[in-house]
Amino acid sequence: MLKELCQKMFGRSLWVYHANSGGCNGCDIEVLNALTPYYDAERFGIRLVGSPRHADVMLCQGPGMRATARALRAAYEAMPAPKLVFAIGSCACGGGMWFDSYSVLGPVEKVVPVNYYILGCPPRPEAIIYGVAVALGLMEKKAAPVEFKQTELPIPRYHPEDLRRQGDLVIYEKAEKV
Amino acid sequence: MPEGFRGRPVFDGNKCVGCGGCANNCPARSILIFDVCQELRILQYVGGRCTYCGRCAEVCPEKAITMSREFETSTNDIGDAQQRMELFMSTCQRCGRCFKDESALEKLKLTGYRFDDLQNQRWIFGAGAYQENQPAVKDIFIEMDW
Repeated sequence: MLKELCQKMFGRSLWVYHANSGGCNGCDIEVLNALTPYYDAERFGIRLVGSPRHADVMLCQGPGMRATARALRAAYEAMPAPKLVFAIGSCACGGGMWFDSYSVLGPVEKVVPVNYYILGCPPRPEAIIYGVAVALGLMEKKAAPVEFKQTELPIPRYHPEDLRRQGDLVIYEKAEKV
Repeated sequence: MPEGFRGRPVFDGNKCVGCGGCANNCPARSILIFDVCQELRILQYVGGRCTYCGRCAEVCPEKAITMSREFETSTNDIGDAQQRMELFMSTCQRCGRCFKDESALEKLKLTGYRFDDLQNQRWIFGAGAYQENQPAVKDIFIEMDW
């Protein structure tokens, strides 16, 4: 449903606005790398604009910072609906390496609602283009949570209550794994 | 992808011994450990703020963490990035409590670097002799005051 809605809402060229709220400039360079002729995201109609009022998509880099939170929120509210927000890089997705320091509020979703997360530090330009393609419904998403559970104890467990004395010998009956 | 590109770390639960070295070394504190009871340890990798630095794979004594070359991890739900392992911890057969697995140094001592292995002894105790290109001299006169 979201896919159809996205295709309906964002059927034409996406104009992106690129908001850095205190990142280290690594993700900015990767975003610009995705837009420049080597990877050439402009062939999909993705174009960088200078004002949030012209934009459909906001690319957030950097964590939600105490100093820039209000400006980021104002930029988000200046965008016309429908709008998408991408969090690019591990700072914007989860707060980054300094997620618990004074000036960092946390991930960027504490300031603006985030629709898509592109992980990496910084993410490859391929990853950014893939994230945009997932958002537009051109590709299926591949990420899924992984869960592993050990169902039996890997070593045999010792039960002292199962020891049985038989003459001179002590017999241990139960030696199977738990 | 270029050579040597590091992507998402992949955790192998069959190899992991639950030592917690990865959680200790993670600079982003992205690997969390919960001891829910005496014998069960939950090792949770919260992928959100992982920077793919590869320190966990470097420090893992069992090589249970490998850095894959996956970069297509974009998602609309941050929970998709997490990996979770529930591990049984081995307990002491007498007291029933957990004990630490043998460290890499102790393993080194056991496999091939034993005290009774005369051929390999100089690599440990005669390390100075090895550097001074006097291989067999200090094998005989081992000082017993360590």
